[in-house]
Amino acid sequence: MNRANEVRLWAVMRLTSMVLAFAVLVHLITMIVVIRNGLSAEEILARTRGSVAWLVFYSVFVVVAAIHGSIGLRNIVREHTAWRGNSLTIAAAVFCVLSLWLGLRAVQGLFA
Amino acid sequence: MTATLTVAVWKGDADGGFVEHDVPQRANQTVLDVVSHIQRELDPALSYRFACRVGMCGSCAMRVNGVSRWTCRTHVDKVARDGRLTIQPLANLPIVKDLVTDMAPFFDKWERAEGPFVPSETRPADDDFAVVEPAGKQRSWADAAQECIGCGVCYSSCDVVSWNPEYLGPAALNRAWVQMNDERDGGRPARLRAVSGDAGCHACHSQQSCTLRCPMELDPASSIAGLKRLSFKAALRGKL
Ligand code: SF4
Ligand code: SF4
Ligand code: FES
Repeated sequence: MNRANEVRLWAVMRLTSMVLAFAVLVHLITMIVVIRNGLSAEEILARTRGSVAWLVFYSVFVVVAAIHGSIGLRNIVREHTAWRGNSLTIAAAVFCVLSLWLGLRAVQGLFA
Repeated sequence: MTATLTVAVWKGDADGGFVEHDVPQRANQTVLDVVSHIQRELDPALSYRFACRVGMCGSCAMRVNGVSRWTCRTHVDKVARDGRLTIQPLANLPIVKDLVTDMAPFFDKWERAEGPFVPSETRPADDDFAVVEPAGKQRSWADAAQECIGCGVCYSSCDVVSWNPEYLGPAALNRAWVQMNDERDGGRPARLRAVSGDAGCHACHSQQSCTLRCPMELDPASSIAGLKRLSFKAALRGKL
């Protein structure tokens, strides 16, 4: 990957981390608040089923997490192994698509 | 305070090991004094480097109890633990012998980071000097970063250097940042390209071991953050 694209990936990483900082905070607060009466699937679904707000929130969360995670994973692999080049970038992209697919399926399950 | 220090000193190359000596402890003794005592009195074949002994030349850096330091200005009182010192050559550089490392890879990276000044003009006929506003923002950034003595302490303290041998490292990038802020310099676009990417500023984790350890109290981590900013702006404009 050329230098300018590497710098773009770095910038995407920074931007997604800002969104993640917010999303993780909301996620943690929600977790702490809702488990006070114990945790049940019904209670979670009652909150999220049909709620467009939660649908949008979790969809954004999944998308930024997938992008951030796959760029980060690519960096970690390059730092700690000898794996470089296009094959690594493709593997990271596959990981991104996989995370998106799994994550968005879970979001769909929460909504409908 | 114990009257005698137990000092383990590295001997040999990368496959070498520690040799222990007893060294009399004295007031205001520096780690370099200890090493010199060993070389003069106990082991004349011990190799180490120093020149100025006053924190100017940058040649005396070693690892003392695991931490990279300039030894001529490090007092034994501050670093000895239970009367013990462990003295090793700098990390992340090939060992030549004993406490002497090969600094060539370190300074080669200054070249690769395009550290040298690139003149943009020859001296004009009227012999006027280029005017650089002393209070200017860039001038003050360059001032804050430029007093590097090339000791290699930051380079030896940087984990990313040990993981990624291509990484230019804090000192070379700090130098590049100084020159990026020199408005007379004609090599800035090429330099920014040289310091961007996986071997350059973007590999830095910003955890600031370099800044913590730099004996000149420079802040290479912030210089590197400055390079990231410049590089990002250039990439946005399609000029990287
Ligand atoms: S802040 Fe960057 S250059 Fe400094 S020690 Fe950490 S990784 Fe190395
Ligand atoms: S930046 Fe500081 S620690 Fe690094 S080489 Fe220069 S003076 Fe030494
Ligand atoms: S001997 Fe010169 S800096 Fe220590």
